[in-house]
Amino acid sequence: MTTSRAEERAAEPRAAWGAVERAARGAYGRLVANLAYRFHDIAAAEDALGDALKAALEQWPSSGLPASPEAWLMAVAKNQLRQGARHRTMAQAPETRSAVAAIEAALGEARLASAGDERLALLFVCAHPAIDPSLRAPLMLQTVLGVDVARIAASFLVTPAAMNQRLVRGKQKIRDAGVPFEPPTGGDLVARLESVLEGIYAAFGAGWDDAGAGTPSAEPLDEEALFLAGLLAEQLRSEPEPLGLLALMTFSRARRGARFDGRGAFVPLAEHDTSRWDRAAILEADRLLLRAASFRRPGPYQLEAAIQSAHCQRLFSGRTPWAAIATLYDYLTRAAPSVASRVAHVAALAEAGRVEEARDALAAVDRAQAAAYAPYWVVAAHLAKLAGDREARQSALGRAIELTRDERLRAYLERQRSLGDPPAG
Amino acid sequence: MHYMLMFFETTAEVERRNDPERAPAYWGAWNAYVSDLQKSGVVVSGNGLQPPHTATRVTLRAGKRHVQDGPLPDVKEHLGGYFVVDVRDLDAALELAARSPNVGAGHTEVRPVLPPPPQNG
Repeated sequence: MTTSRAEERAAEPRAAWGAVERAARGAYGRLVANLAYRFHDIAAAEDALGDALKAALEQWPSSGLPASPEAWLMAVAKNQLRQGARHRTMAQAPETRSAVAAIEAALGEARLASAGDERLALLFVCAHPAIDPSLRAPLMLQTVLGVDVARIAASFLVTPAAMNQRLVRGKQKIRDAGVPFEPPTGGDLVARLESVLEGIYAAFGAGWDDAGAGTPSAEPLDEEALFLAGLLAEQLRSEPEPLGLLALMTFSRARRGARFDGRGAFVPLAEHDTSRWDRAAILEADRLLLRAASFRRPGPYQLEAAIQSAHCQRLFSGRTPWAAIATLYDYLTRAAPSVASRVAHVAALAEAGRVEEARDALAAVDRAQAAAYAPYWVVAAHLAKLAGDREARQSALGRAIELTRDERLRAYLERQRSLGDPPAG
Repeated sequence: MHYMLMFFETTAEVERRNDPERAPAYWGAWNAYVSDLQKSGVVVSGNGLQPPHTATRVTLRAGKRHVQDGPLPDVKEHLGGYFVVDVRDLDAALELAARSPNVGAGHTEVRPVLPPPPQNG
């Protein structure tokens, strides 16, 4: 190595910058979670960590990198929080003051050194039933991963100012209403896990269908959602559903490259060019699903993942096992009844050649609930076509087109309406 | 933390209080709940309230006092009573709220009590 001193010095500030970024990306959630867990205040934890990151940027270039950047940031942020806590205590009731003193006493250096990973606890806080369901995913993304408010806002189709206000209020509610930071146990855990999974899946879905449709700044948050699901699966080894969700999202993502053709036109799943699927990701998802299945405790996410696994069979066998898919949807409509699963069940029955059953199943879907759900009308159009009822088909497709926001999906449906063939599923 | 549990009852539930056939079950359920809560040692304070028709509302508009009979019209659920309890966290308060007899038809609202204002010096 013949690096000159001058080069070394010049490289130092950049190295420090890089370390801050690495600490921020890899450890951000861990640090916020640990701090929030101790002080029961997410916003204060974020502020303190922000200040610690700023201090790191100022000091590291001249003082050199600390042995453990993460521990350094934790210590500085904790100090900040303790001062902040003391400051607030001055203006608060005596019992709060003694509580803060107790927290401070418990925060010895020994405990800091063995600081665990409280991100799991933070996920459960963000998905607490007392928090507005639509705010759970944004809270998880911001607090556990430090995703930019502007990016979260774009994916959830609101302005950054509105999203910021909602996040601030959510964190205030968590602090002021006394939402506990201890993760639930036993039967409560299973019940509460559902809302954590829902929140992560909402993050995965955000920005997917609307990407490129009038919201140029929206990027899918699937990378982040996969990270959260991975974290959940890794830390909650007693439950199969986090693995099910991770498998489900991995399957969907593996096929994303085939959702639109070379000219950007939408391609329905059954017509995907499978050479554009990510084979390694599909195999990985199958492994995850097998691990989940080994618990022998099926759940909605495992069923949905199994359905996606069946769709992906086409990559290996050249055909889609519609009969198996119809059976899986039948289970799913029982395990987790929803308009979406019922409509998908109807589509699978029709594809499996069980048209009579499909018609009955469609008739059994609650019309009032399904009226605003575009896929319902797409499936209705398909069944009308099979029955030779051209007029019913055209009007059902018309409804579907009216209800579809994504321009590329709408263009696809309009093409179907002007051509003969209706889309399937 | 201190939380107020506010018990809201539907009109039909409130009417059970004076129905000779259904009153015993109504009061029995509330007495059991209240004595459970008292025994667990979490109660800071609390009261049941007389029925909504005994309510009087007061407003001051442009310096003029208006006094009117009854609660706000069109209200479907009425405050029937409240407790202030001292428990560990929101989950503990929700646990108590979920056991109140009114939640089958009405609802119980749980709110943290505002800490006392800062004192100078």
